[in-house]
Amino acid sequence: MESEIAQIAQYAGDGVIGLSWLMIAFPLVGAFILLVFGRFTNRWGHLLGVAMSLASFVVAVLAFMELIGFGEDQRRQAVHLYEFIPGMVDMGLLVDPLSISFALLITGVGSLIHIYSIGYMSHDEHRRRFFAYLNLFVAAMLLLVLADNYVGLFIGWEGVGLASYLLIGFWQFKPSAAVAAKKAFVVNRVGDFGLLVGMFVIWTSFGTLAFKDLGAKVSGAENGVTLAIGLLLLLGACGKSAQLPLQSWLLDAMEGPTPVSALIHAATMVTAGVYLVVRSGAFFFPEGSGAALAAAIVGAVTLLAGAIIGCAKDDIKKGLAGSTMSQIGYMMLGAGLGPAGYAFAIGHLITHGFFKADLFLGAGSIMHGMNDEVDMRKYGGLRKYMPVTFATFFIGYLAIIGFPLLSGYFTKDGIIETAVHHQPVLGWLAVLGAGITGFYMSRMVFMTFFGQKRWADDAHPHESPSVMTVPLMILSLGALGLGAYLVLGGTLYTFLRPAVGGEATPPVFDFASTPGLVTLVLVAIGAAIAWVKYGRAEVPAVQPRGSFVTTFARRDLYGDALNESLFMRPGQWLTRIAVFFDNRGIDGLVNGLAAGIGGTSGRLRRVQTGFARTYALSIFIGAALLTGALLLVGNI
Amino acid sequence: MTTHYLVLSALLFGIGAVGVLIRRNAIVVFMCVELMLNACNLAFVTFSRQVGNLEGQIIAFFVMVVAAAEVVVGLAIIVTIFRTRRSASVDDANLLKY
Repeated sequence: MESEIAQIAQYAGDGVIGLSWLMIAFPLVGAFILLVFGRFTNRWGHLLGVAMSLASFVVAVLAFMELIGFGEDQRRQAVHLYEFIPGMVDMGLLVDPLSISFALLITGVGSLIHIYSIGYMSHDEHRRRFFAYLNLFVAAMLLLVLADNYVGLFIGWEGVGLASYLLIGFWQFKPSAAVAAKKAFVVNRVGDFGLLVGMFVIWTSFGTLAFKDLGAKVSGAENGVTLAIGLLLLLGACGKSAQLPLQSWLLDAMEGPTPVSALIHAATMVTAGVYLVVRSGAFFFPEGSGAALAAAIVGAVTLLAGAIIGCAKDDIKKGLAGSTMSQIGYMMLGAGLGPAGYAFAIGHLITHGFFKADLFLGAGSIMHGMNDEVDMRKYGGLRKYMPVTFATFFIGYLAIIGFPLLSGYFTKDGIIETAVHHQPVLGWLAVLGAGITGFYMSRMVFMTFFGQKRWADDAHPHESPSVMTVPLMILSLGALGLGAYLVLGGTLYTFLRPAVGGEATPPVFDFASTPGLVTLVLVAIGAAIAWVKYGRAEVPAVQPRGSFVTTFARRDLYGDALNESLFMRPGQWLTRIAVFFDNRGIDGLVNGLAAGIGGTSGRLRRVQTGFARTYALSIFIGAALLTGALLLVGNI
Repeated sequence: MTTHYLVLSALLFGIGAVGVLIRRNAIVVFMCVELMLNACNLAFVTFSRQVGNLEGQIIAFFVMVVAAAEVVVGLAIIVTIFRTRRSASVDDANLLKY
């Protein structure tokens, strides 16, 4: 039970860790150059974007190497940068096992996505701008994970929100993309509200927003204040990580170019919520606290909801989006289990980063060869035409369903077993979710790569260029072996322990545990059902009506309908009332006054007849009246 | 003693005022205005005599100067209007209105 989080030490050396701000600076400078110098950089802009991302990755690797050179209790190094808000916030970076794991994932997978985008966006006339936004995204995400205080984290958090808005709406000439970007932005604002208010409460209660000072001030025991902070931060995490009830933006976010989907779903953005929960874990989500339980419940519910949505989608990207929701749900569940679950949550986050990027970029490769067709009912039999894409996609598929010995198997199974141990109900829900994952991912693979050709007439599927397939191969290598490397022997657990705490001895991975075996059986059953329905049987080229359960899942569990009836329509009524009041009330008053004055003066105008004698008479009468009045008051 | 002068002045002023109000011919209206001015002059001089200082007489001179200047400008306007409109009626010169 003892959570031994190492003290944060001020970095004293002169190595790479002191220069870790370069990680953020490189992509930021890239974005700046590409945006400010505009079309002068069109010819080489994409190369600059890739170079900046790679440079950032190199810095991350060097910082990582230096970090593991320290002793275990020295592995939390803070780098002071400058005084941001005097007396309140010192801006600095925290390089510790947790943040460096994220930094490696973000820059590593992010760079691969950058490289892939060279090929994917080669026909887009705005490719340079695309790379500028990608760089901005990476920079913001790095600031989010590296900042040593909540304010820095929040700036990165908002930067990620901005970049995601720009990228989801990258093809803003499509109304659907513009709407999706706006939706993502608005839903994220709800989460940001939670994070922001949470930060306010932290500041007023503890007087600091720096991670290194909070540890001493928050005792670890839960009280009303930490519970409130925990729930507010969880709301923020839900917004960024697309957890219920703020999940609705994720599926629409598929309107962006596919590399963006990969970047949002694998390396950045949706992982930010998990990071927030794990980073705040020792302070506001201690093991057994209400906030942690809430996080676990949110995760369990979302993993089921995402899996159910994934079952019914014919759009390959939306199916993958549902699976992202589901997998992030697993991570959130793991993050809600206290230090025992953190290592698995982060482990799953890393392996998921690889296999989900693999799957998304694979889907992008398929679309690239199929005239941007996303409907899986118009695919079929593609494995012979896209061998590399098929092989890499298949590895990603095996990893995500938890095929034994692949990456997803170790990390997801770890979460499930820990969950069954700590929260049996949620744990078995996660087992069920894994079975559904087996179904919908198999359905996706069978519909896409197997069975009859159901292509559109003008489709000529072909393998993508190597600038796209090589990143796929690298990612599928990660999907193959990374899980075993991270989990077996407790490598990641031991590495992360100084940052997140936990018992001294890492948990031993149990290949024959009951939940693990049940999971495998359920996954096999799910895959078998998918084979019967979509592999062996012919897939109808037109979507069948389906039962009400299918409709339920197709409509994203009526999440949008709920939001519309609960928030959008009352909001519209409110604006209508306000507009009515403005038009009739305020405008009526102002316009009525003006009309009254105008009408009166229009009538008074008639006095000016143009007859000089009339004027003379009025002067005469006026003079007579004046004289009379003076006589009356006796001044003469 | 001076009452008669004042009565004469009031009568002249009244004739002038009525003339201004009821006559249409600009020249006649103009002469009526002069009549009013001179009625005032008479009143000033009378009061000057009555009170026993010269201020009223000085003001009468000023009024004469102003009246002379007014005649110059006024007659010029009337002649110009007559040339363009072939009419000296003040009621015909009613373009400046609402």
